Amino acid sequence: MSGHWETVIGLEVHCELRTETKLFCGCRNAFGDEPNTNVCPVCLGLPGSLPVLNRRAVDYAMRIGQALHCDIRRSIFHRKNYFYPDMPKDYQVTQYDEPLNVDGWLELPDGTRVGIERAHMEEDTGKTQHVGVSGRIHGADHSLVDYNRAGVPLVEIVGRPDLRTPDDARAYVTELRAILVATGASDGKMEEGSLRVDANVSVRRPGGPFGTRCEIKNLNSVRSLGRAIDYETRRQIDLLESGGRVVQETRHWNEDEGRTTSMRSKEEAYDYRYFPEPDLVPIDPSEEWKAAVRSALPVLPAERRRRLAAAGGTTPGDVALLVELDLDELVTAAIAAGAEPRLAINRAGNELAGDLEAARHLDPARFATVCRMEADGRLTATQAKQVLAEVLASGADPEAVAETRGFRPIESGALDIAVADAIAADPEGWARYLAGEDKVAGAFVGKVMKATGGKADGKAVTAILQARRSSAG
Amino acid sequence: MSAVSLAADVRAGRRSAVDVIDEHLARIEAGDGAIHAFLEVTATAARARAAAVDARVAAGEDPGPLAGVPIALKDNLCTRGVPTTCASRILDGWRPPYDATVVSRVVAAGAVPLGKTNLDEFAMGSSTENSAFGPTRNPHDPSRVPGGSSGGSAAAVAARFAPLALGSDTGGSIRQPAALCGVVGLKPTYGLVSRYGLVAFASSLDQIGPFAATVADAATLLGVIAGHDPLDSTSWDAPVPDLLGALGRGVDGLRVGIVRELGGEGIAPDVAARVGQAADALAAAGAKVDEVSVPAARYALSSYYLIAPAECSSNLARYDGVRYGLRVPGDDIGQMYGRTREAGFGAEVKRRIMLGTYALSAGYYDAYYGQAQRARTLLIRDFAAAYESFDVLLSATAPTTAFPLGAKTTDPLSMYLSDVCTIPSNLAGHPAASVPFGTGDDGLPVGVQVLAPALGEVVMFRVAAALEAAAPPGAGR
Repeated sequence: MSGHWETVIGLEVHCELRTETKLFCGCRNAFGDEPNTNVCPVCLGLPGSLPVLNRRAVDYAMRIGQALHCDIRRSIFHRKNYFYPDMPKDYQVTQYDEPLNVDGWLELPDGTRVGIERAHMEEDTGKTQHVGVSGRIHGADHSLVDYNRAGVPLVEIVGRPDLRTPDDARAYVTELRAILVATGASDGKMEEGSLRVDANVSVRRPGGPFGTRCEIKNLNSVRSLGRAIDYETRRQIDLLESGGRVVQETRHWNEDEGRTTSMRSKEEAYDYRYFPEPDLVPIDPSEEWKAAVRSALPVLPAERRRRLAAAGGTTPGDVALLVELDLDELVTAAIAAGAEPRLAINRAGNELAGDLEAARHLDPARFATVCRMEADGRLTATQAKQVLAEVLASGADPEAVAETRGFRPIESGALDIAVADAIAADPEGWARYLAGEDKVAGAFVGKVMKATGGKADGKAVTAILQARRSSAG
Repeated sequence: MSAVSLAADVRAGRRSAVDVIDEHLARIEAGDGAIHAFLEVTATAARARAAAVDARVAAGEDPGPLAGVPIALKDNLCTRGVPTTCASRILDGWRPPYDATVVSRVVAAGAVPLGKTNLDEFAMGSSTENSAFGPTRNPHDPSRVPGGSSGGSAAAVAARFAPLALGSDTGGSIRQPAALCGVVGLKPTYGLVSRYGLVAFASSLDQIGPFAATVADAATLLGVIAGHDPLDSTSWDAPVPDLLGALGRGVDGLRVGIVRELGGEGIAPDVAARVGQAADALAAAGAKVDEVSVPAARYALSSYYLIAPAECSSNLARYDGVRYGLRVPGDDIGQMYGRTREAGFGAEVKRRIMLGTYALSAGYYDAYYGQAQRARTLLIRDFAAAYESFDVLLSATAPTTAFPLGAKTTDPLSMYLSDVCTIPSNLAGHPAASVPFGTGDDGLPVGVQVLAPALGEVVMFRVAAALEAAAPPGAGR
């Protein structure tokens, strides 16, 4: 990317709440059911029907606000008016200038804070399927609408334009998703559309005023998000550098072609004619309700990273993966049980990450024992991995496993003898090693390993070789 | 015969509900050709329901306070399986899959719906001439309008097709036709009666209420339909007061204010004279009567004609041809929307959708909708000030007696002025009743309006009953 430009990214994330029922009626909130089976007069917007707010949805929305450090306020619903066949009432009930959650932030694993402007409640629309060649509205023969999703509760999380790179954007969505799942408010499934991301992208000279932004829609994975931002940044820079200007518009990401195309410009933008929804009363959560939401909130990813990093003597960024994999509690417990922190973190990130299902049942004390045996030199790295694999598989006692497998450390005298034998058998190699050719050490280690039936610790052998060279020099 | 005494006879087994229903159906059969109060008469269902009421009486059960009482339902109230048209072509063929809460409640109380009554399309109008299915005529003079928008319900009670009817009142749509047809009609406090199943016109103003020949019947019907409904978030969660008990309590010591802004020039002298006479009657019964000013009432009409159209423009968006009702095909979805709505809506509905769309548009919102809401707040404040010194307020219900068909159809503004006295109560969310009080110079009914503060139904009924007792003879029929 051209060094003269900076990308400015702000994300809008729509998150479906995992309530049993819809936002304003008692219909089931479920993905993948037979079309138009979870519908009633209210979510079909039949004449005379009225909405009744789902209290659980408000509770979930407040959890999200709390987790994002927002101010939770008295809020009201508005109607957003526009005609579209997947909207049964031809207006969407949403929150406009008095949203439930405002002014929060989210912390990325590297410690960066991204501002959250608001996280407001609204109802989802149905799904339109354009039946025809292209699958898009142009060129379709006819359309089918499934209203099962109409009225499903959503929270829209509007981030501030604090992100600067596709990596940041991906990290933001990953972190936000983890928070949403942790609060229990959402299942965070991008592939089922329960988490949907729109990106506002602009470019500017560093330190200069914001450029004109484009909103990119149809981002169906974290990967598409990164690709689309890359593409859009390039497109805007090329435009500007060739003397053109960026037009504010909504653009559609085409995953197959790897590019964005114009959907509608600002001039064509709808006038939504927002006004307060007269069929609903304000949401004015009591202090008791807010306190109950606060106290029911689980420990969130940022805090879990901090706790593990503190226990492991490392940085939150270093342990992000373990928190993401939900291995942090196990590792923290193992460290508390005496495992050497660095070793526990490494073994968890490498060995346990390979079998998360088994890791969930692993006794932290046994995991700590394996780490301690390795740190004490009672197991070589290779042996430790083998023991850990068996403990994972069977839940057996690591000491017993080592015993059964005959993993006993070679006494240092025996190891010295084995090293001396190896040197004696290869005087030419030894001469080269003495001359400073370090890579020859590998051959000696291999020979010692073979001679000891794999029981030798490679690091210990290397140490002996180095000691001998020093004294020879 | 009043609804109360009919129900008493049916409950006591002195008269069969089937007999009552047959008598009323025969009256409709004979008379509604000239009046056109009904869009649909559900005779078969009514007889079946009446038979069920009789069976319950025979089994020693109590079918409820409205046992066997015929009731007419405005055709913007959803009735399961029965066409609900809102007097519009756009709902062509639609049959609701559910009953409005008020319909369920009257049926549970033993009442027997006779059918669906005519209205101005989507309740927009003051004469019932805006019906897509032709106007309703005033039973006192078929060359005149019954008022509107609940003209069919008012005419049904006036013509004795049914002793009770339900209507909806957004800016006077119960009270004004009640006045023009010489029956009792009232709009309850906003939220006292569930709106679930009332096809919305302007959600923050709409309220369902009763029509009846007597104040006691109106109180009985309101007692049945009022009360919290979990399906309507704006419904009051409070017990319904004893309305019937209020009727005999008199008005001794009550303070009655004659609203200056709802009198004067715009009110025909013969109507104004009746209001004065009503005030005198209340004073004679022990009330203290004085004049009062509610200054912001002057802005009520213009505020209403921004707020109501704004809400209607949104509420009526769903009639787009996609899911139910009329669909006129087009080459694409936009053309289908346009053609469907062009063919389905009448002129007044289109006018209000356009007004409302404009009032909510970016750049105009604050000057129109926003300003109207501020005027509404002022009005509520001014009413509150008036109610510090008065228990109820008094005015004419409508500026004139019933006017001839066609007299105002070419001049929407003069039609809108029909509701100048009734609109303030809708904007404030307060209850108000129209009680027949003699006739005008033309011999047609005049109604006097009793306004009360929010949840002031008890004091409103005390005054209504006193007016009924003191009323000069009404229009003969």
